[in-house]
This record gives sequence, C-alpha cells and structure tokens, in this order.
Amino acid sequence: MPGILSIVERAYHGTIEEQDDTILWISHMFKNAGADLSVLLRSNAVNYAVKGQDASGLSFGDVKLSVPPKIDDDVEALASSGAKVYVVEEDLKDRGIGNDELVSGISLVKRSALAGLFDQHDAVWQW
Amino acid sequence: MTTSGSRTLTMALMDAPYETGTTTTVLRIVDAALRKGINVNVFAYEGAVSLTLKGQAAHPNPVKGTNAEDQDHPSSAKFISALFEKGQEAPKLDWVNCRLCVDERAAGDWIDGPRRGGPGDLLKWSNESTNTLVIGAH
Repeated sequence: MPGILSIVERAYHGTIEEQDDTILWISHMFKNAGADLSVLLRSNAVNYAVKGQDASGLSFGDVKLSVPPKIDDDVEALASSGAKVYVVEEDLKDRGIGNDELVSGISLVKRSALAGLFDQHDAVWQW
Repeated sequence: MTTSGSRTLTMALMDAPYETGTTTTVLRIVDAALRKGINVNVFAYEGAVSLTLKGQAAHPNPVKGTNAEDQDHPSSAKFISALFEKGQEAPKLDWVNCRLCVDERAAGDWIDGPRRGGPGDLLKWSNESTNTLVIGAH
C-alpha cells in the first residue's frame, strides 16, 4: 500500500514570493528523502499541471522578479521523480482545461474514484 | 474624498508574506498607482505587519539544487523597499504597520519606510483619500 497522499487544493498562494508552491516543494523534498508519496491536485490547483505557464515579467519599483515560479515544470519534475501525481478529471473540465494541455506524467482520476484512492493510502494529508 | 488635484489611494491588507496571493496583488496595485502619480497609503494589519520585516533572508532551493545566489529569492521587504524608492515624495508612499499587531508578534524590526500607527490612521486616510481598497484575509 502506498504511504502518503498529499492533497493540494489552494492554488497560487504565495507562489511569487516562494518561487514555487510550498506543498509541491515539500512533497518533492519528502520524495527525495525516500518517502512513498503521491500528490493529488484538485479544485483550482489542477491548473498547476497546465503546461506553458509564464509568471515572468513582474517588477515592483525598479526591482524585478528575476526567477519566477515555474509550477508546471515543478509538477512534471515531481512526477519524474517517481511520485504519482493525480489530477481530478472533472475539476479540469469545469475549468475548460483539456487533457492535451497537461504536462507529462499526470494520472487522471474521477471524483467518484477519490474515496477509493484515499483508501489505497496509509495517510491522507489535506493541506 | 479628494482634497486637491492630487489623487490618493488607501489600501488595507491583512495577509502575512509567503502565505497567499494577496501580497503580490497589493504590491502590483501599489506599483501601478505610483507609476501613475497617485499617492498611496498602506495600512498593514495583523499578519501583514510582517511584510516589512528586514531580516527576511534569501535561501537556496535543495529540490532544484540551486544556491541562494542563483535562486535570487525575492522577499516582500525587498519589493516594498523598491516601492518606497518610487514613492519618496510625489507621488508619496506612506505605510503604517498597526502597532498592536506589531507588538503582539514582536515584529518591529523593519526596513526603512514604514511607521508605527493604529486603526485611527486607516480611518483618517479613508476620509481623506480618493478611494480605499480593503484586501481582507484569505
């Protein structure tokens, strides 16, 4: 049985200052440390899996944000690290996001299958 | 209320740095207003008093294998300092950190620019400003 399912629902909170999503980041840290961990993107966070996001160009006064977040790359890297990354299919459709817009390595899951997905894990962390 | 030909925007915000998207939103509005020559007052309430803490430190990113220099980690204090550079006189940026919120958090070591104040400042500013925008907690 897989260990931890980490659920990310709040999207783009503090991502400019953090240069990433804090939960994707700590999930990747856990994965690198050997954790058996999966991530579920639901609600507005499904947009994290959309490829081609560009947060560059921000400046405040004369200070430019030189290293903007690249959330789509982070999602893809997390999946490449061996973590299973699930995205709720209906949450994509509700937002008009097509499956062909997603980065590689994503596993789609229907809402009706979520309870079963939770049951497959030892721990469910809703952030 | 506009008291002269100059325009003034007052903003109130509550969110702490690194937690929500409101910091970016507020600072973008402040930046845009200053670029248009509009005076800006900011009343930082509750967690927002931490936005101007000067000890915010850049750090590396072990997930990406980058060091602090490569990462060039931004901070709200760095951005707000730049906004104070823009808003020195005309237009002017005035920033009040709620002293009660500061003291309860021991969050008083700031960059240059902000000053201590209280709820009365927001009320006074609101009465004197062209408009007031409240960005509540999220």
